Amino acid sequence: MKKVGNHNSISRILLFSLALMLTISAKSFSQDAPAAPVAETVSAPAAAGDAAAGKALFNSNCAACHKLDAKMTGPALRGVADKYSKDWLYKWIKDSQALIKSGDAAAVKVFEENNKSVMTAFPQLSNADIDNILAYTSEVAPVAEVKKDLPGGESAGSGISNNIVLGALVLVMAMLVVMLFLVSNVLNKIAKANGIEVVEKEATMPIWKAYAKNQFLVLVTAILLLLSSAYFVYGFFMQVGIDQDYAPIQPIHYSHKIHAGDNGIDCKYCHSSARVSKNAGIPSLNVCMNCHKNISEFQGDKDSTYVEYSKEFYTAEIQKLYDAVGWDKTTQKYTGKTKPVKWVRIHNLPDFAYFNHSQHVSVAGLECQKCHGPVETYEVMKQFAPLTMGWCVNCHRETDVKMEGNEYYTKIHDELAKKYGKDKLTAADMGGLECGKCHY
Amino acid sequence: MSSNKKYWKSVEELNENSSIVETLRNNEFVEAIPTDEFLGDDAALSASSTTRRDFLKYVGFSTAAASLVACEGPVIKSIPYVVQPEQIIPGVADYYATTVFDGFDFANLLVKTREGRPIKIENNTIAGAKFSANARVHASILSLYDSLRLKQPKIAGKTASWSEVDAKVKASLADAKAKGGQVVLLTPTLASPSTEKLIAEFIAANPSAKHVVYDAVSSSEALDAFEAAYGERALVDYDFSKAETIVSVGADFLGDWQGGGYDAGYAQGRVPKNGKMSKHFQFESNMTLSGAAADKRFPMTTAIQKQALVKIYNIVTGSAVAVNLGKFDAEVTKAAQQLKASGSKGVLVSGIDDKNAQLLVLAINASLSSEAFTTSGTRQIRKGSNAKVAQLVNDMKAGSVHTLIMSGVNPAYSMPNNNEFVEALKKVTLSVAISLKEDETALASNIAVGTTHYLESWNDLSLTKGTYSLTQPTIRPLFAETKQFQDILLSWTGNTATYYDYLKANSASYLSGSTWNKVVHDGVFVGAVSAAAGGSADYAGAANALAQSKAVSGLELVLYTKTGMGDGQQANNPWLQEFPDPITRVSWDNYITISKADADRLKLENYNVANGGLNGSYADLEVGGTKLEKVPVIIQPGQAVGTVGLSLGYGKKAALKEEMQVGVNAYVLYKNFNNVQSVNVTKAAGDHEFACVQLQKTLMGRGDIIKETTLEVFNTQNAKEWNIQPMVSLDHNPVKAVEVDLWTSFDRSVGHHFNLSIDLNACTGCGACVIACHAENNVPVVGKSEVRRSRDMHWLRIDRYYSSETTFEGDNTKKEEFNGLFGDKGSLGGFGEMEMASENPQVAFQPVMCQHCNHAPCETVCPVAATSHSRQGQNHMAYNRCVGTRYCANNCPYKVRRFNWFLYSKNSEFDYHMNDDLGRMVLNPDVNVRSRGVMEKCSMCIQMTQKTILDAKRDGRAIKDGEFQTACSAACSSGAMIFGDVNDKESKVATLKADDRMYHLLEHVGTQPNVIYHVKVRNT
Repeated sequence: MKKVGNHNSISRILLFSLALMLTISAKSFSQDAPAAPVAETVSAPAAAGDAAAGKALFNSNCAACHKLDAKMTGPALRGVADKYSKDWLYKWIKDSQALIKSGDAAAVKVFEENNKSVMTAFPQLSNADIDNILAYTSEVAPVAEVKKDLPGGESAGSGISNNIVLGALVLVMAMLVVMLFLVSNVLNKIAKANGIEVVEKEATMPIWKAYAKNQFLVLVTAILLLLSSAYFVYGFFMQVGIDQDYAPIQPIHYSHKIHAGDNGIDCKYCHSSARVSKNAGIPSLNVCMNCHKNISEFQGDKDSTYVEYSKEFYTAEIQKLYDAVGWDKTTQKYTGKTKPVKWVRIHNLPDFAYFNHSQHVSVAGLECQKCHGPVETYEVMKQFAPLTMGWCVNCHRETDVKMEGNEYYTKIHDELAKKYGKDKLTAADMGGLECGKCHY
Repeated sequence: MSSNKKYWKSVEELNENSSIVETLRNNEFVEAIPTDEFLGDDAALSASSTTRRDFLKYVGFSTAAASLVACEGPVIKSIPYVVQPEQIIPGVADYYATTVFDGFDFANLLVKTREGRPIKIENNTIAGAKFSANARVHASILSLYDSLRLKQPKIAGKTASWSEVDAKVKASLADAKAKGGQVVLLTPTLASPSTEKLIAEFIAANPSAKHVVYDAVSSSEALDAFEAAYGERALVDYDFSKAETIVSVGADFLGDWQGGGYDAGYAQGRVPKNGKMSKHFQFESNMTLSGAAADKRFPMTTAIQKQALVKIYNIVTGSAVAVNLGKFDAEVTKAAQQLKASGSKGVLVSGIDDKNAQLLVLAINASLSSEAFTTSGTRQIRKGSNAKVAQLVNDMKAGSVHTLIMSGVNPAYSMPNNNEFVEALKKVTLSVAISLKEDETALASNIAVGTTHYLESWNDLSLTKGTYSLTQPTIRPLFAETKQFQDILLSWTGNTATYYDYLKANSASYLSGSTWNKVVHDGVFVGAVSAAAGGSADYAGAANALAQSKAVSGLELVLYTKTGMGDGQQANNPWLQEFPDPITRVSWDNYITISKADADRLKLENYNVANGGLNGSYADLEVGGTKLEKVPVIIQPGQAVGTVGLSLGYGKKAALKEEMQVGVNAYVLYKNFNNVQSVNVTKAAGDHEFACVQLQKTLMGRGDIIKETTLEVFNTQNAKEWNIQPMVSLDHNPVKAVEVDLWTSFDRSVGHHFNLSIDLNACTGCGACVIACHAENNVPVVGKSEVRRSRDMHWLRIDRYYSSETTFEGDNTKKEEFNGLFGDKGSLGGFGEMEMASENPQVAFQPVMCQHCNHAPCETVCPVAATSHSRQGQNHMAYNRCVGTRYCANNCPYKVRRFNWFLYSKNSEFDYHMNDDLGRMVLNPDVNVRSRGVMEKCSMCIQMTQKTILDAKRDGRAIKDGEFQTACSAACSSGAMIFGDVNDKESKVATLKADDRMYHLLEHVGTQPNVIYHVKVRNT
């Protein structure tokens, strides 16, 4: 009996599986997002006061109008203790107006430099308190962080172990391949030495020719091909006009994650018309300025998971807002030159479909997330739902209408409950699926 | 009864002498199909480099390319406010109370604005706001967005700046002051206390200045009469709701007579209550809305009307002035006796342009001590004096006018002697036209400046004495370089205040007990009012003079204003151009109306052509040397023999899109501002193509379409007798047609079930609903040639029917009594006769929109289920689902479905408001703009009913009766249209549905409509 090597080579299969494994591991590697690096402020030695206590006082009393390194309503305060005498500062902080009225030249100068905005008097602060604050303001500014090239560049935490394990695995696989190759060579040599001839493979009919000759197989394949292509073509056409996961680049990089997620701002604070109007409305820029008048740069939070963009990037985006609304950060004044922001609309219902936000938000009491997805986790806003008619209709079939406490429904509910013999009713039960309810 | 019908394929076939009928007997088509034109030329065909195969390739490629491109979604930008105004919430409408008076039309309004742009006019229903909007006021919102408005000041036709204009005018005023040259302010009636005060200040600053009031359509004679009798230049504000007998001698008080606005009060008395309704006699020459509504109408020339007025005066006051009424003596006497018998419950009005006639009106009403007639709270909306205007033109011709400032008037178009006026204008040192449009006057003036529309302006108005209404802007001026007349005048008076401040400061004196903010909110303030007194007049002398007045020689031309066009200010408004006249049903034209007898004598004719379009002869008119050539002719049933009617307001050319330049300018015949002229009519060559939307004139005895009865029958007989229910046979037993049912019905007992009730007694045919529907539902304008092809898009039409006999009852009887084919009672000739309207027919109006059938024939034939029923009673139409088979329209017994034969928006072929950015601002964002190839129809304003429901849900409250409205029911000031929820048993509409007078249109078809009508009762 002739020994025939049925398989071309074990080594080839092994090589293939190795390649497969590598791709998979590479993918899993790329999905692994490392935690955000957070730099601790370098603390400078305290100057005759407790800087930590000072920081607390500063944040509760001064931060509304002052920053350490930038002008806000009031001037930047870092190193203020070096500019003025302590006694002067005590007087100023406790009652700046009295000081100005007394005709103190320095006080008048400060007052005039800052648009004559009156500083709140703080008679409740003791001199020690003020010392503490001054200690805090005298801290040396933290050295600007070294910009990191890649968010994942510095391997840390679980990233390290993953890499090592994967590296080791690759190494083991490589060794195995080499070993197999060697074993195969050795076996061949032994066979040669023993006089057993490894017969070269007999020239058989190529598989494709055999396949082409088998008409049944051709037919089955053709049917399969047709069916699958029909499936894909149908799929293609059905998604025309459906923009699920549409996440266009916006003129200002607005992160819902930071606003609604990290800072927990209620959706309807900005999208206020969702409560009363059919439109949720893109907030006008004056709404942004309610907060951003005071937040001119991105501070980030220790627990924040932002990683994709740097602080400078976000601060630049805030600057874009200022440019649009015409706010001069340094003079703290509106310039009057506005450039309305041309947002790219994400949720585009066709004109022939009527949708009313207030009915869903105020009447039904739905969470915004029900249709818009976990927006508070979106760094870039996208369309969560398919917004197809089937999607609308399904929900109207399945969801019970919230009728309790709404006088409009009192009569209708009683009548319908009697008619259908159930207490809970869906929008569909109330005629919500009729064409004209949404198309007119 | 088996074969008493004759079938014909077209109206043409009835014309025995038609060559077309002859040709059609032999050939399939009247004209040979010109196949040779495009297939016969072999040389040209073979010379083409494109083969048939290539052509198919191109077609295939472009189709594939187009479909691939269509798969890519467009990027849509969304731009929020930088600073959002406090009162604006995107998606929520705001309403502002305002008041309009443009020198002709006036009304108390609520303006609906969306995202800061006004989109709809509604009636202000607050107490004290008594004037509701007519069709023209409803349409005026579109005139705001007129793309041909004068946007910038112009000096001698060249664009200039305001500072140049101001400098020039101020220099001219100073020059006039120095030289003592006359300065004239020419305006229409202003009725604005603050503006009048401002003008007084202007005159004080320029001692040589004077103010001339010019009303394009004058009521000068009535004003003169009232001034003589009561010492105040004003018009009586009649209250027809208090009248039981109304006699009108040539006054179309349901139309534009003395400003109009009387339908609401009139309709109140016309709905039978406790067996009583008012009785209305009408003596007139043209067929008017008032004549159509009258119980007794007598067509007569104006000359006889004058005699009739004297006769009534004789009877009511017991005088004995000799009159000659001829054959009308008995009827006039009867009317006068009934008027006298009614005493204080009677009222007489007259539209005769003659001071003596108007004095008699005052005398008769005073003698009756009519409750409908009061001299307090007089109308201030017409002040113009014919004599002063004539004097001005003479002064101008003499060269004694130095500076002429015109605002809101267009004398170069609307003066009878307009050419003379333009010539005289050249002799004025400086002429300034302050105008919305660059109209004829603006073109002829040295300086033309654009002014603001009333929706962009502040003003105060005193429409009637004792009321004080405010006009407030609902949008910033669309064009920055336009200024309000009052602001211009302030700056030329040297006052630096804005008119708003001036107005606010001035208003305090009128608002005793109220505040500025409250009046801005309400729109109107009603103060104390005293009756006019003083003055005296010689009524007997007036009666004698009137009785002596001579009839004009030849035909009498009676000029009138059309319901759709008024004085012609809004000629560039496509809604109004396409609005079919309630009487003639003709849109896009003016024409002379002539009686059949006169038309036959002059060989003038009307006929329908193969596509159904109406054609008419042309006639040349000549009035005292002024010729008007090629005026189209409409043969008007009910037109008094010996008179022809012609409407003013057409034939304008300047600042009009080409399509709107229709009709002839009848103002040139309005000599001495008298609406009656002696005219010579001759036939001219050629035929005019009308765009008439209703080709069938009569009901052909089909009394079930408009059910009519008389007050006597209504009061004495059972409803079964006069509101006959159609019966069918079921199992050999007669049952009511509505009770036979093949289908299981929807359960409509739960939730809302909407019904629209239309009272044919209250409907005056004014057409406000038609325009309101246009505005609310983004109904497109299709243009004259499309309307002629019966492709008009009106969702709501007001059918007008004439009786063929003297009454509709006569028609029914005649049809019943047909016996056999031939002879006197033969149906063959009889039906032909019934197609012709009577010489003085009864007229009935019937608003018809989608009837929202519970068993809708359209729904069952739609292959794609694009139209379907709802349990709220509305028949839904999903445009995006419609594929345009038009089966539904063919299966609709009411012909209320409209097909979009073309794309009417953003299409230069249809250059109306939807083709320009400005005009599209009027579109309602809650309603789709339909595309080509889809069917559309009345939705029973589902966007409005849904909004009411959604708001109630949000507020968590039950819905009260009256909250549900449609555009038409909200616009209907006469109370003819009532909309509501019949499941709410307390509602008005539920009561109306249970009323004895209720019937459905074509009830025997079994469609069970949700629109209900009420039997028309006539007090004959």
